[in-house]
Amino acid sequence: MNAHHNVSRRTLLTGGLATGFLLAFHLPLRAAPNEPVQPPDVTDGKFAPNAFIRIDADGGTTLVMPQVEMGQGIYTAVSMILAEELDADWSKVQLLHAPANEKLYGNPIFIIQATGGSTSVRAFWKPLRDAGASARAMLVQAAAAQWGVEPASCTTSKGVVTHKASGRTLAYGALAAAASGQTPPKTPALKDPKDFVYIGQPFKRLDTPDKVNGKAVYGIDAIVPGMKFATLAQCPVFGGKVGKVDDRAAKKIPGVRQIVVLDDLVAVVGDHMWAAKKGLDALDIEWNEGPNAKINSKAIWDDLRAASAKDGVVARSTGDIAKGLASGEKFEASFELPFLAHATMEPLNATVHCKPDSCEIWTGTQIMARVQSEAAKAAGLPVEKVTVNQHLLGGGFGRKLEPDMVVAAVRIAKQVDGPVKVVWTREEDIQHDVYRPVYRDTIAATLADGKIAGWKYKIAGAAIIARWLPPAFQKGIDIDAIDSATDVPYEIPNVHVEYVRAEPPAIPTGFWRGVGPNNNVFAVECFIDELARKAGKDPVAFRRGMLANQPRFLSVLNLAAEKANWGQPLPARVGRGVCLQPSFGSFIATVVEAEVDEQGEINLRRATSVVDTGIAVNPDTIVAQVEGGLIFGLTAALYGEITIEKGRVQQSNFNDYRMLRINQTPKIEVHVVKSGEAPGGIGETGTTAGPPALRNAIYAATGVALRRLPIDRKLLAAGKKA
Amino acid sequence: MSGKMRILTSVVVIGVVAAGLGVFIVRGPGPLDFAGGTKVALADYRAGKPTGVPAKLEKASLVERGEYLAKAADCMVCHTKPGEKEYSGGLSFKLPFGTLYSTNITPDRDTGIGNYSDQEFLNAVQHGKRRDGARLYPAMPYTSYTFMTDEDVLAVKAYLFSLPAIRAKAPDNTLSFPFNQRWAMIFWSAVFNPDTRFTPNTSKSPEWNRGAYLAEALAHCGECHTPRNLGFALDNRKKFGGALTAGWRAFNISSDKATGLGNWSDADLISYLSLGHAPGHGSASGPMGEAVDHSFSQFAPEDISSIVAYLRSVPPVPSPDLPATTAPVAPASHKDGVTADARGKMLFAGACASCHGWSGESPVSPMATLTGTWAVNDPAATNVAQIVISGTKRHTPDGALSMPAFGNAYTNDEIAAVANYVTARFGTKGSKLTAKDVAELREQTAE
Amino acid sequence: MHMATVLTINGEAKSFDAPPDMPLLWVLRDVLGMTGTKFGCGIAQCGACTVHVDGKAVRSCVLPVGAVANRAITTIEHVGSTPAGAKVQKAWLEAEVIQCGYCQSGQIMAAAALLATTPNPDDSDIDAAMAGNICRCGTYVRIREAIKHAANGKQS
Ligand code: FES
Ligand code: FES
Repeated sequence: MNAHHNVSRRTLLTGGLATGFLLAFHLPLRAAPNEPVQPPDVTDGKFAPNAFIRIDADGGTTLVMPQVEMGQGIYTAVSMILAEELDADWSKVQLLHAPANEKLYGNPIFIIQATGGSTSVRAFWKPLRDAGASARAMLVQAAAAQWGVEPASCTTSKGVVTHKASGRTLAYGALAAAASGQTPPKTPALKDPKDFVYIGQPFKRLDTPDKVNGKAVYGIDAIVPGMKFATLAQCPVFGGKVGKVDDRAAKKIPGVRQIVVLDDLVAVVGDHMWAAKKGLDALDIEWNEGPNAKINSKAIWDDLRAASAKDGVVARSTGDIAKGLASGEKFEASFELPFLAHATMEPLNATVHCKPDSCEIWTGTQIMARVQSEAAKAAGLPVEKVTVNQHLLGGGFGRKLEPDMVVAAVRIAKQVDGPVKVVWTREEDIQHDVYRPVYRDTIAATLADGKIAGWKYKIAGAAIIARWLPPAFQKGIDIDAIDSATDVPYEIPNVHVEYVRAEPPAIPTGFWRGVGPNNNVFAVECFIDELARKAGKDPVAFRRGMLANQPRFLSVLNLAAEKANWGQPLPARVGRGVCLQPSFGSFIATVVEAEVDEQGEINLRRATSVVDTGIAVNPDTIVAQVEGGLIFGLTAALYGEITIEKGRVQQSNFNDYRMLRINQTPKIEVHVVKSGEAPGGIGETGTTAGPPALRNAIYAATGVALRRLPIDRKLLAAGKKA
Repeated sequence: MSGKMRILTSVVVIGVVAAGLGVFIVRGPGPLDFAGGTKVALADYRAGKPTGVPAKLEKASLVERGEYLAKAADCMVCHTKPGEKEYSGGLSFKLPFGTLYSTNITPDRDTGIGNYSDQEFLNAVQHGKRRDGARLYPAMPYTSYTFMTDEDVLAVKAYLFSLPAIRAKAPDNTLSFPFNQRWAMIFWSAVFNPDTRFTPNTSKSPEWNRGAYLAEALAHCGECHTPRNLGFALDNRKKFGGALTAGWRAFNISSDKATGLGNWSDADLISYLSLGHAPGHGSASGPMGEAVDHSFSQFAPEDISSIVAYLRSVPPVPSPDLPATTAPVAPASHKDGVTADARGKMLFAGACASCHGWSGESPVSPMATLTGTWAVNDPAATNVAQIVISGTKRHTPDGALSMPAFGNAYTNDEIAAVANYVTARFGTKGSKLTAKDVAELREQTAE
Repeated sequence: MHMATVLTINGEAKSFDAPPDMPLLWVLRDVLGMTGTKFGCGIAQCGACTVHVDGKAVRSCVLPVGAVANRAITTIEHVGSTPAGAKVQKAWLEAEVIQCGYCQSGQIMAAAALLATTPNPDDSDIDAAMAGNICRCGTYVRIREAIKHAANGKQS
């Protein structure tokens, strides 16, 4: 196995993008389970024109996935884009996950090899089309050469080159060897979108058949011969260390094999997870909790509120904000969002086999190459001695943009003879997350003649980018934290946006589905509703009035209002709320209809989203992503909050970190608008849309202007007024 | 009010109250009076050995005997704050008039009982008198422990002194006036502490006598299961008739057929005490679950049988507020049976049904079966709500069985709704808890 | 402590060494290598670990193996051979229910158990049977649709 990887790595390093053989590691998508790694194909007679495409002599077409599949349907979308420009035979398409290789598979938006930020289709749209078109051009050239005709006189369809005039045909497989000798075109001709045959059609996903019968292999399902099972406890207080460990009772538990004590964590290795878990429970661990044992939510909020009162770094300033804020009646509000855990359905895990001179890892990560380099550091090995076998992810949501789970597993595995699968309990997963940070956004705005004259917006919160992608952190501005704040769609003459970096002490923070737009869309859209009410206008009409030059926004807003029966009468304590958002390169309007009962409890009745995401590669996946995203966002709005007491997270599992369930889920309709524009992102759009739309529905139903998530039922009980 | 005035007033108030109550109640029966018969001094009793440890431990060391007795007296649970070292104290007791904290009973000299002489230890356990002379509040059940023999109390002391000394000072009690006047407990104690050692009853069997000693002197069953009078002392006129203690309902364990143990078989009682579960009667949770885990489950089988024999002899005291019968198995379909309370049903479907089943018969474990349990049959739903709030973790021979705590993420309205749904579906009568009731229950158990 | 235990899983007798208190989930995943059944919470709150015991949906993460000897266990790997399971799998693919898929073994097991006893479930039946299964990706809308399609054999 390792030999293969050595070959592949060398080849990739020396081959480069255009001519290198494409050597990737099979994801167990169509392979037998538990064989995640297939030998790379280095035999002759293959056509491997670039990093993404390989065609066998029998026509088998392997497409290489630069982005990881975590439910968003990206394997299918990437395949459709490649197959479209390649004119591949869809029935012959097979998928491989790309190996760790930042040069070949780096996300063009992040530079590094990462899947996140709803960027996959946006970032890879052009490179994948180029790759497909270039390969297709080479196949056509090979056929034309064989027939002695002009390439321009040939057409392609479903994996076959046809010379129209003579009616001759050659299948791609038959051309594979010859095509390898062709020179790729400098600028391959791309199809006119109106000629697309795959893109825009509702394609069945490629990853789902094995997900209905238990065959799909996630990281947690990796089975390596001879492996042991481990689970771990990290110091419950962030930054704390292990003091004393009494393992006498644990060692007596049948199936417990080894206790690994590191400076900040303890792991129990056993014959199965049950032994490991019981062993861990039986350990008597004394922690040195360290200075963070005093941290609590209240102090964190006090600090953040103080920080948000300071001036920030200016992220945008148009017009004259002083003048703007001096004209008309002024209103101000602050909006606060809590810490959130990701709670991916698949708890954190990594299987690792560390040997003195190599380290092999089986896991599902959103950052393969970074995991490889961080693992190398932890193992004390050069990067090329570390192999990462990428698996399906049982949810990502940003959690697996962090390498910590693999690093911890490698550190444990270094102490273990043979492979070990390290699985976090749900409690450990929730209590040692990298949390969506707390945010406090303050808006001051003026209304003159029923329109917004001045808009001063200040974001206060952690700069995740500064840690995660330092080169992108410029001039004190976190481009993620301000996302969707600097580009509000509304026509406002005087706009001023500031960012105050405020890092919570000791609590690790990171990306969470919806990222920066989560806080900004929430604050902006909630406050717009409040201003509409001040102006005595209907929230949709108020927005409409500021969108004269925004046709795409205007059309999704109008359609959403129509589909959601906006304006039609509702029973008492039922309201509709709207949200319009510019995030992730898509244009989305959402209406949520909700009822607030006498006790202040919320019943979700209906959600309607209208989506203009440019060219919809696989429209059904887009609908599914918005449905799921809405539920993810609504879950957070209703229940999501991680609180800290004595330096530790108080939530632990689904009993106290609640999830929306099927019997609370409203009817959801998603309408995808036809568009010829370049595709936008979609995976996170529903998540950012749900909370403000729900909040505005509650505002309409009760008159209570909530300014904080999660929703506080106590403020909503009947009889309470705004 | 000046300090002096205050003390004076309190003397008067407490004196008057105690005297008044004393007259009214002091003649209330003692815990063993119901049995009648002839009593003899322990030293003169020849039929058996009601005190001390079971036969298999007769030859054991003093410390080992003390350990058995300490567990039988269940010292640890009250003297341990969750997450802290055993016996190091600090557990809070919410009372209507403030909060008490249990003390450190490890042999630490500064913060524990390391300086206690034998006599001082006896004074504390049997008389409620601290080493410094101050009076203990009756949260410490010295009115029960007073029945223990000196020998047994000192064995417990030997065991406690064999433990590692832990430095841990319990927080100060936060009692309101006049209850913060410890010395007033002198009067309380004078009125309510029988202050006698156990005297065997020759009209009863040796087994009964052993059971009586275990149940009254050590396990202090009455402290939770016997209702209290106005003076906050046990009202043995209603002995074992059930009571609300620390936010939980301690059920009727008298021999009443309908609402007490009268219809339980010996096997049921033995199983419940030693395993915390009896088929058809549900599982011990809350304080009783702890008592089983830390105390009864450690008892020798013959001691369990003795307690059962003793319990059987306690006269029936009906609980008029409890339905006389438990409900049968609920319908298998969610659609049949109780339909009220849509929110309760919604919550039950999401968080409860997978373990408890729509019928109330658990597909997972008989311990999670709701059918037939007293908790769901209690129209006050006290224990149902408490278990939902704080969960339960039971250690059973085939592993721990636990239910997670939902109190932190579910609102009082929701907990009331699910408790009302559960008691209506699986009990005879159904409860009508409100959010306010739940808030009060939380108050009483807040740690 | 360890005793040889024999269970009937997917119609086959499987013998293994495990303490009787070990939840069936870990026997399936870690001892028998049947990883289709998933671990999500370990406290019966998510449903990812759902299997059938005598045809009923049960959370294997809290089900001690000692309690299931002599009972027929069916897992996601085999549910397709039951009529209800096969219908559900088909409907799931037709309605394109699945996102990350991690919860879906449990969802499918719960849905198959529902259809086996309630061939024509209405919304309230679906709520009662499926509310214990969390899907973090939020596929609930399609789960509901797919169950209805599976019930009346409609194409999506
Ligand atoms: S893992 Fe069993 S219900 Fe969550
Ligand atoms: S599909 Fe991802 S958790 Fe359900």
